[in-house]
This record gives sequence, C-alpha cells and structure tokens, in this order.
Amino acid sequence: MSNATTTTPPTHWARFRDSYLFYSFKHDWIAQVCFVIFVIMVSAALLAPWLASINPYDLSQVFILDSELPPFWIDGSDAKYPLGTDALGRDMLSTILYGARVSLIIGFGAVILQALIGVTFGLLAGYLGGRVDAFLMRLADIQLSFSTLMVAIIVGAVFKATFGGATYSEHAVLLLVLIIGLAEWPQYARTVRASVLAERSKEYVDAARVMGFRAKRIMFRHILPNTLSPIFVISTVQIANAIISEAALSFLGLGMPETQPSLGSLIKSGFDYLQSGSWWITLLPGAVLVVLVLVINLLGDWLRDVMNPRLYKG
Amino acid sequence: MALLEVSHLDVRFALRQGEVRALRDVSFTLDRGERLGIVGESGAGKSVAAFTILNLIAKPGYIAGGSILFEGRDLTRLKPRALQNIRGNQISMIFQDPMMTLNPVLTVGEQMIECLKAHRRIRSREAREIALNKLRQVYIPSPEKRLDQYPHELSGGMRQRIIIAIALLLDPDIIVADEPTTALDVTIQAEIMSLLLELCEKHNVALILITHDLGVVSQVTQRTLVMYAGRVIEQGPTREIINDAQHPYTQGLINALPQMASPGSRLNQIPGAMPPLAKTPPGCAFHPRCGFSTDAAGQRRRDCREDVPAFVTSGNCHVACHMVRELVERDPVEPGEAS
Repeated sequence: MSNATTTTPPTHWARFRDSYLFYSFKHDWIAQVCFVIFVIMVSAALLAPWLASINPYDLSQVFILDSELPPFWIDGSDAKYPLGTDALGRDMLSTILYGARVSLIIGFGAVILQALIGVTFGLLAGYLGGRVDAFLMRLADIQLSFSTLMVAIIVGAVFKATFGGATYSEHAVLLLVLIIGLAEWPQYARTVRASVLAERSKEYVDAARVMGFRAKRIMFRHILPNTLSPIFVISTVQIANAIISEAALSFLGLGMPETQPSLGSLIKSGFDYLQSGSWWITLLPGAVLVVLVLVINLLGDWLRDVMNPRLYKG
Repeated sequence: MALLEVSHLDVRFALRQGEVRALRDVSFTLDRGERLGIVGESGAGKSVAAFTILNLIAKPGYIAGGSILFEGRDLTRLKPRALQNIRGNQISMIFQDPMMTLNPVLTVGEQMIECLKAHRRIRSREAREIALNKLRQVYIPSPEKRLDQYPHELSGGMRQRIIIAIALLLDPDIIVADEPTTALDVTIQAEIMSLLLELCEKHNVALILITHDLGVVSQVTQRTLVMYAGRVIEQGPTREIINDAQHPYTQGLINALPQMASPGSRLNQIPGAMPPLAKTPPGCAFHPRCGFSTDAAGQRRRDCREDVPAFVTSGNCHVACHMVRELVERDPVEPGEAS
C-alpha cells in the first residue's frame, strides 16, 4: 500500500512490536529457547559449506585411515574431528551439518508443496462447495489411505528402475519433496476447508460479493488471510512430520543416498557399527534430529496457544 | 421509466423437506433518488428481497420467476461478469451488523482501495484520495488515521459510517440498506439514519431501506412496502400508510408502536406469530391472526381462507385484503382524498 503524503502509517515493525504474538513470546522462555536453538540449527545447516571443515561429498578430502574416531571427550579422539568420524573417515560434525541441511531443505520444500496444493484445494472445496467439494475431499481421503512409505517405495522403485541409480541420486531431494509433499496435502486441505466453511457464512464475505468482487479475489484476498492462524499452526507440525518422514525413508534406504546423506541416512549408515562400539555414528545425528523436531514442535505448541482465540480474548 | 422495476418476483428455497417459497409475486418500482421502505416482521422475506435485487441469492435459494429490470436490463438474466460490474458499482448494499461486515484482517483503507480498483482503472494514490474524501463526507474524525486502522480498532458507529462510505464509494444509483441501525445503540442509530438520509439526498441516490422500525421508515422514506409471509400486502406513500393504514396487518403494526398505547398499560400486539414460510396458510396468509376475517356468526370468511387477495387501490395505496376490497367497492376512495 502506498503511503499518503499526509500521514505515516505505523510501520510493520511497530505493529509487530505491539502485537500479542510478540508480547507472548517475550513472556514465554520455552518459546525463546526453542526459537534460539531453531535459528542456530537452521543457520548452521544453511551455512554448512562454510562452517564444515570438509566437504563429505568430496571423497578426496576423506581419509579412510581416520575412520571410526570417537568424539573429543573420549580417549583416542583427534582434535581435527571434534565429533569423531564415521566408518568412511568422514568428519561427523561436517556430515551432520550437511545432513541437517538436506533434511531441512526436504522438510521445508515438502511443506511448501503440501501447503500450495492443500490450501488451494481447501479454499476451492470450502468456498465453492457442492460437487467440487465432494470431489476434492474424496481425493483427499484416497490420498490419505496411501501411507507415505508405500508411495515412496513405489515411486522410488519405479524411478530407479526407469532412470537408473545415478539419476536417482541426482534428483533424490526433488523426488522426496514431491513424495512427502503429495502424500500429506490433505492435512492442509481439510484444515483450510473447515476454516473456510466457518468464514464463508460471515457477513464480510457477503459484503465482498455485494461489492462485485470475483470468486478468486474473495477466496484468496478475503477468506485466506482469515484462515492463516490454523495454517501457521499445522505448518509447524507438518515441517516436523516431513523431516521425520524423510529420516524414516532414508533410514529404510528409500530416501537420500549415502553419498549425499541426510540425518536419516546418517543414522542408518552408523547403525551397522552400533554393536562394534562406534555408537556416535548413529547417536549424534539421531540426537540432532530429535532436538530439531522437538524444538519445532514446541514452537508450534506455543504458536497454537497464541493463535487460538478461545484461549485468550484480544 | 423507473430506475428499478421488480415485477412478479418469485424466490424459492429447495430444501430437503421440500420447496419453501420465500418471495411470492413481489412487485415494486423505484425511481431515481426515491427512498423506499420495506417493513415486516422477521422472516417476512425482507432480507431475501434485498439479496434478490442484487441477484445474490445463495443456494439452495433460486429465482423461480419474475424479473428485476435495472435501467432496462433484467438482472435475473445477466451474465455473472455483467452482474459483478453492477454490484458495488451501481447498486451497493449496507448490512445489519457493522462488526461483521468489514474484513477483520484488512485495514479500512485496503478495503476501500480494493473496492475502487475492482471497478475502475485507477492508481492506488488516486484511490486513496477518493477513499479519504468519502470518509470526510461521512464525518469521520481524522480520516487519514482511520485508513490505516483495522476494523477492530474502531467503534460500532464509526464502522457503520465507514460502511456507508464504502457503499457510496463508487457513486451508486441505488443503496440497499438491510436494517442498517439494528446493531447500534439508540443514540447512534439516529445519527446514522440522518447521515444516510443526508447523503442520499445530496447525491440523488435511491435508497431501499429494509427495517422493522416504522418510526425510521416514516422519517426517512417516501414510499413504503409492507411484507407478510413473502408477499407484499400493502404499498403506497409512507405518510398515508402511517396515518391511515388500510390492511389489518399494517394497522396492527402501527398500533403495536409504544407511542400508540396509553402510558402504563400493556402494549398493543397482534395475536399469534407469523407462520414459518413452509407452513404459510392458504388464502390470505394473515387470516388466522386477523380480527376482520371472521364474519358476524364468528366463522372465518370463506374468501379470506381460500383466495389470495388481489391488490385494490384505496387512495394512493395498493392493498391486498378482501375486507378492504369490500369497503372500497361500497365506498370508493379517490386518490389524494385520504391524505
């Protein structure tokens, strides 16, 4: 919106600073701690190529003789590898940073895809109703009756068989985003549809129709902003779920190949060495995964409390 | 030619229990700059009539017959695109509850500018200027500030002023106001009504005022339409209807006004309640509650029970009542004589 010459509307920052959201954040130390950890993890993961001492994808930087070195607090560790090394001699810290990056990219990518499909379908189903609603919601039911794992196995197998393992490794990230994104869109569609049904009967929607706005404009500009709170809340849950799904798929060998490990494939790669005493290869990426998902879930919990109008009157 | 000509409008709702007729054979006209009141009890079909004028009846309702001629074009037959150009632009509407009519997540300015941009090719800056102008016309204090506020930051009266400003934004020919003051407290009601009246007169906008408040109708409108159970039962100049109502139902409504009862006594009331639309009695829909539908022997008159009364002209009013027809046939009232 353009600023008038006569007035200066309050800036977005001022609005945010005075908002209930920010007020509640200031008074909730769990949310603050989670937010700080989340920001640190995300920025560390995104900055992995600069933070990590080696590039675990580049085999020329890896020394096989340094394999299975323990983390720094155990005797026999090497100062070069603060969190030890895995069975191939890769620096654990570096692989975890890179792995978290892959996990987060897949998690966010899949959720964005879910949201795009789910929100659009939910809006259409809720606003147009009738046959469109029935069709889209049955589609959602059918989609939900396939488990993510099953879809991933089928799609992955077909893709590998058609294009070969090398092409699969190249496009694995994209493929996982597609699989997890397509498998979970009904969550969004159902939530959005329910809120749209509630919003549609409100008078401002009638008023918008009286104003002569088109259906598309009413849906995306008038109704959608009023359904954002539940969308935000399920987004946090969905990001955590997508990261776990990806880890599960990779752990089963259906996700990221070990040459481009995500947290899930790191856990899997160390699994064989668990009994030989090299527990850190599995446990460290596992701990990172747990903390990441926990932090996201706690933030989502806080957000749900803030955005649920039944819990406060503002 | 009248600006708006509604004739024989028939609106039905296809419900699971069967079809309900919400409007039956509703006809009226509205001239440019004229103010028409539509009165009736809750459920008489007033709001359905308002929505139908904009052809905005939502499923399961539909227009089963009749026509709505606006500037000679039949709104019941127009394509959606053409209708969207008329809505808001030439015919706009004011709703009952100002708390609900504004979108809670958009600022006042965003809503006004969006509305202008939807109908005109216009730059944001110009649109903002027009919006500001309209806010000044509805006497909103510090309008520049209001443009950047959200609806929840404003009081009810202020919001209704903004809604009036939005209704006037595109200089419409007709404003349909569906109980515009019901949700406001009494002192503000009077302010809002006089503002609406002032603006309609100033801009020569025709007003359809839907209300159950006969006091408001008598102050604001020139002509009045009384509805009962989906039908128009009486229409004519407001002054004649208020001073000399012909239809027993209208008489009952006027007698029920608090100022018609002597102080300290109980208010006059019409016995019974309006039947639900699905159970509208045959004949004159009002006959079970009507004091005149019984004959000397205490029996319900046959014509009231069985025949839908046709309009008869009495003075300048048109009345649908068998009793009035008899009176008029016996002793014709010439137009103009009644007032």
